[in-house]
Amino acid sequence: MTDLSNQTPLAPPRSQWLSVWDQLKKHKGALLGGGFLLFITLAVLLGPYIWTLDPQKIDYRARDFRPIYHALFDADAKTAWGNPLGTDQLGRDGLANLLAGGRTSMAVGWAAMLLTLFIGTLIGVVAGYFKKLDNPLMRLTDLFLSLPILPLLLVAVTLFRQPLHANFGPEGGMFILIVGIIGITSWMPTARIVRGDVLALKEREFVVAARSIGTQPGAMIWRHLLPNVISPIMVSATLGLAAAIITESALSFLGVGFPSDFPTWGKMLADAVQRMEEFPERVMLPGVAISLTVLSVNYLGDGLRDALDPRIRGR
Amino acid sequence: MKLKTLLLGAIASTALAPAAFAERGSDGHVNIIYWQAPSILNPYLSSGTKDIESASLVIEPLGRYDQDGALVAYLAEEIPTVENGGVSADLKSITWKLKSGLLWSDGSAVTSADVKFTADYCMDPAGGCAQLAKFEGVDSVEIIDDLTVTVTFGEAKPNPYGPFMGGQSPIIQMAQFENCTGAKAPECTDANFGPIGTGPFVVTDFRPNDVISMVANENYRDASKPAFATLTFKGGGSAMASGRAVLETGEFDYAWNLQLAPDVLAKMSEGGKGKTVAAFGTLVERIEMNMTDTSPDLPEGERGTVMHPHPFLSDVRVRKALSMAIDRELLVEIGYGQAGRATCNLVPAPLIYASDNTDCLIQDIEGAKALLEEAGYTVGSDGVREKDGVRLSMLYQTSTNAVRQDFQALIKQWWQEIGVESELRNINASVFFGGDPGSHDTFQRFYADVEMYANNFDGTDPESYLAQHTCDKAPKPESQWMGENMNRYCDPAYDALVAELGRTGELSKRGEIAKKLNDMLTKESYVVVPLVDRGRVSAHANSLGGVILNTWDSELWNVADWHRIK
Repeated sequence: MTDLSNQTPLAPPRSQWLSVWDQLKKHKGALLGGGFLLFITLAVLLGPYIWTLDPQKIDYRARDFRPIYHALFDADAKTAWGNPLGTDQLGRDGLANLLAGGRTSMAVGWAAMLLTLFIGTLIGVVAGYFKKLDNPLMRLTDLFLSLPILPLLLVAVTLFRQPLHANFGPEGGMFILIVGIIGITSWMPTARIVRGDVLALKEREFVVAARSIGTQPGAMIWRHLLPNVISPIMVSATLGLAAAIITESALSFLGVGFPSDFPTWGKMLADAVQRMEEFPERVMLPGVAISLTVLSVNYLGDGLRDALDPRIRGR
Repeated sequence: MKLKTLLLGAIASTALAPAAFAERGSDGHVNIIYWQAPSILNPYLSSGTKDIESASLVIEPLGRYDQDGALVAYLAEEIPTVENGGVSADLKSITWKLKSGLLWSDGSAVTSADVKFTADYCMDPAGGCAQLAKFEGVDSVEIIDDLTVTVTFGEAKPNPYGPFMGGQSPIIQMAQFENCTGAKAPECTDANFGPIGTGPFVVTDFRPNDVISMVANENYRDASKPAFATLTFKGGGSAMASGRAVLETGEFDYAWNLQLAPDVLAKMSEGGKGKTVAAFGTLVERIEMNMTDTSPDLPEGERGTVMHPHPFLSDVRVRKALSMAIDRELLVEIGYGQAGRATCNLVPAPLIYASDNTDCLIQDIEGAKALLEEAGYTVGSDGVREKDGVRLSMLYQTSTNAVRQDFQALIKQWWQEIGVESELRNINASVFFGGDPGSHDTFQRFYADVEMYANNFDGTDPESYLAQHTCDKAPKPESQWMGENMNRYCDPAYDALVAELGRTGELSKRGEIAKKLNDMLTKESYVVVPLVDRGRVSAHANSLGGVILNTWDSELWNVADWHRIK
């Protein structure tokens, strides 16, 4: 008989997440994207505590300042270190607005993304796992896919603005409304992807084996299915975040979102369009912030997909 | 010598030829853009300027006001006055005589029956006529003969030019609207969207809130007009976009009311395709205070009616403090530049009607604070004043427009300084001014505490304009939320004075009363808080001739004379 007690493992067991991280590190875009996303999230979260100017404070004497970098090529430009990104036509500080606006835009993005993810995964898994519910749930998905989001939002704003406003205040009510609408109108792609994966997984040997030893559906979904569909979920999450930020911007741009003095990136863009030729930075700064955030999220999603797929990992 | 004369003559005749042989439809197509889209072509069912002005292309009144505020006969033979016997000596009746041979665009004759019908249509008690103020005090309209009508007033009417004068009171065809009176008025979609008229153009296609296509009226009374064969009236978009379309890209020939920041407009004019025209009239940007409670907790039907007075705006001291906190000069500087001036008056012109009230021009934050203290409102823990649990917290609405949003932000800040919290809301202009009785977001419905917009009056006499604030003109559920007294202001003394103005003939006395009425609404009650007297700025293409900007009537009043400069 061989003596087992002397055998030592060749290498310490590696956590799955460590190898995911290893793989992710190889994806330059994902690293950059993730880094930028982390940076911008921290900036909008902590920024207002460091840069304490009130974004809504009007200082009429300090209006129409250019960003500080303008002094490099135009010595006569009106610039001030007190307003490094310039001020708008009423003298509201550009940097403070960018931070406060980002806070709203990011909050809407994250909240809507989480809601989308929750609804999408729930419907997808249930539809995939329980055959009887598959058809009705997928037809429901088709129904929701045919809803145009912007007109729906406009109607919802008219219908629900008042009650939500009464309960949660002007900004809070609008936040819930926008997040809610984006959430319930953009879960469909997630649901379809998840359902497809679940359908395929259901027939795999390990699932059949698990079922043969009497695993209950709940445990089955939780222990065996969900961990295996995490990669498409993560990817659609990143795409959902980007889409939510853009939808909120579009709404603010149309003037039906948050109150007009509540900064969001989309609203800053809309306000600046008039003076785009003279003050391009007022369009550029929020525009670039939206683009970079969305781009970084997309790259991160791309990297995560590669990293989370065990077949690609290690190649 | 002879040859030279002959040649000169030949040259002169070629030069004059276009003018001499000008004929209807010779100049092709003209494009007009209004950034508020017309939703109806019947001014009696809508008080929106865009509806009144677009309708003025099609239907005409008996007389209009020209660019100086003088009266010009349109469908009438001449303007009736006391001197020519058209207005009776006791000022109780006015006799209008139509031009002979006038035809509707469908070929039938215009008769005095149409004129009488127009009055009956608007004065029908079952309908909520938007221009009822024009018919204030009218007792009866009698047909004398086919071309003559006499309007009799209950009392002496020194300014008898209310009915049938100006773009707000055009003549509509009896044959077309006969079955559309009273409560049925809004249901006659065909007639309301394509009225048969006497104006230079005829509607061929009307898309509500979008585009109106028109062709020249074959039966227009001047055979050589209009110079344009077809016309497109595009509605909607923004002041910005319509300004660009005329001044920078040249897609449109005429853009109405370019309410844009002065620096923006100047930049746009550098485009070189057109030019801006400006004129001062009676347009006043103002804040209106709601005297009724519009809390959503109140049941529909009671909300926003006189049954529930406003919790704090019904206190004159609060309203006054809100007015004192505003720096009007700064608003002018930011929003209008040359095209505006600070005012404290609802009636800023003409001179004989303009009050000398200038109290409000100096901002007084400390005074406003003291006044609120005196009224019992003390600053709470969050910086907002309150008294007995009533917080000075308001909803402040206006239409979506960059200048108005800047004003909102500034005024909000000043109000914040005196301890009044306000929530800003902006509503799409087509909805806000749309007059849809089903919408909660119109300026008539006024489901907010304060609202800001601009309004003016047609013609030179403010009587009907001031009469808009009498008790009975408050929008309410029974009147389908129609009416011009958005504030739901109601003061019997005011009503009595309006009636007195209607009885007074002597011009200087009328001026005095009008000033008093103006002061009652502004510096005595602060129900209406005027901000800026706005000049109107519109733009037309360099190639469009004949445009005379008129602030006393529809801007399109002389569209029949518009032509292409070659």
